[in-house]
Amino acid sequence: MRSALLAGLLASIMCGIIGTLVVVNRLVFLSGGIAHAAYGGIGLAFFFGFPYLWGIMGFSLLMAAIMAAVSLKAKHRADTIIGVLWAVGMALGVILLDITPGYNVDLMSYLFGSILTVPVSDLWLMLLLNGVVLLFVGYYYHDLLSLSYDEEFAQVRGVPVRFLYFSLIAIIALLVVMIIQVVGLILVIALLTIPPYIAEKYAGSLSRMMIYSVLLNLFFTTTGLWFSYHFNLTSGASIIMVAAVCFFISVLTKRFKLKPSLRNGESF
Amino acid sequence: MSTPIVEIRDVAFAYSGESVLQDVSLDIRQRDFMAVIGPNGGGKTTLLKLMLGILKPDRGTVRIFGTQPREAASRIGYVPQDIHVNRGFPISVQDVVRMGRVRGGGGWKHFSKKDMAIVQQALEQVEMWSLRFRRMDELSGGQRQRVFLARALVSKPEILFLDEPMSSVDTKGQTDFYDYLLELNRTVTIVVVSHDAMILSSHAKSVACVNRQLFFHNAPEITKDMLEMAYHCPVELIGHGLPHRVFPEHKED
Repeated sequence: MRSALLAGLLASIMCGIIGTLVVVNRLVFLSGGIAHAAYGGIGLAFFFGFPYLWGIMGFSLLMAAIMAAVSLKAKHRADTIIGVLWAVGMALGVILLDITPGYNVDLMSYLFGSILTVPVSDLWLMLLLNGVVLLFVGYYYHDLLSLSYDEEFAQVRGVPVRFLYFSLIAIIALLVVMIIQVVGLILVIALLTIPPYIAEKYAGSLSRMMIYSVLLNLFFTTTGLWFSYHFNLTSGASIIMVAAVCFFISVLTKRFKLKPSLRNGESF
Repeated sequence: MSTPIVEIRDVAFAYSGESVLQDVSLDIRQRDFMAVIGPNGGGKTTLLKLMLGILKPDRGTVRIFGTQPREAASRIGYVPQDIHVNRGFPISVQDVVRMGRVRGGGGWKHFSKKDMAIVQQALEQVEMWSLRFRRMDELSGGQRQRVFLARALVSKPEILFLDEPMSSVDTKGQTDFYDYLLELNRTVTIVVVSHDAMILSSHAKSVACVNRQLFFHNAPEITKDMLEMAYHCPVELIGHGLPHRVFPEHKED
């Protein structure tokens, strides 16, 4: 249970930070695409017998690079291409596992993970990735902010737009793959999207949005784990249901911070 | 006269095979106040993006300060069209203006004391300092436009490009904004892309009409030739309340 909480904590931090960038840059579909296509990496790893983690990481990085290149070059068709890679990656994984003798990977554990049985080595890897995320976002914060808010202006200012875009998507790929092992595919998407969506309404800045998202993630994972433990429910699904309840409450309520009314007649 | 700061030579550009600009050549001289006008879809914004280095020409060359637009980035200011900017994004007025001091390439300490002083000065200049912690999406269209102007000013540009700056501002606000630009024009070269021709009558020193091709006139008036060649449909211009002749006289000082 303690390692489950620890895994939840580590996942919450990086998902809150990167999820914020995913939401404001409208990369949710792309993240979903990477998460599903990554299944092809599992199939490849088992079929050819190389280490599981390398297979899934290598394959999802490749998929992510293709998706990033397409969304930079042909924006208007990016969602279609991502949809194709999404489906093909998943199918490739299933077929390769079908024809690999002796292996019987549980698709359910890919979808919902097994946070209650996280090995210590995974916790270290997650800690490492958290470090990478914090360094990357800390060092490039204002570049990322400019890029997310107004890409063309950022370009004119000399922000390395291409480099940052590819780096961000590579980090998303690594994070998604890493966390799928721990909490499952469905929960990754939930932790990346639900908290930033709620936080966006109340945050005064992008960094605040990141902090609020991390806090919300922590609340969702701990509360979800508590429910899962006490009522003997699937942990990933319990966490998502807690998040979903908060999501609907936030959709139904307006911003609690009342806007100061805009003064008219002082326009330039 | 000084050498032109923007030199465009025989530029052609196409979006996925569809020609937008052809045989465009243009010089912009120092302290010019150029209005770029033309019908929607005529290529005004494309021309602007070519000058800013956001787009690369298929043929021909674009040089600013004798170099590639990308390398001149630190000397260029840019005020984009309001509608293109992300709504609902959690960002404060101050953060937007500080963007103009971003040098690109990261760093642990992003802004110096000097940067902050420049930001404050620009925000005071456009009368938005008291609203610096306000979220952008809580502002009116005119206020947002002033913030974008401040963001362009903090990079101390020698040339300022504005793309349809007035699309969400009322008429009174427009006149004030253009008067402000006129004051800036004492030191800064200004290029304004505008859908309407109001700016011509009072502020611009030269006009470029863009409709696939470019017609330049070194005075704030539209010639009959330009109208015929660039617009094909002068109805639009007249519809915006432009007199048949725009007198070139300025009431400056």
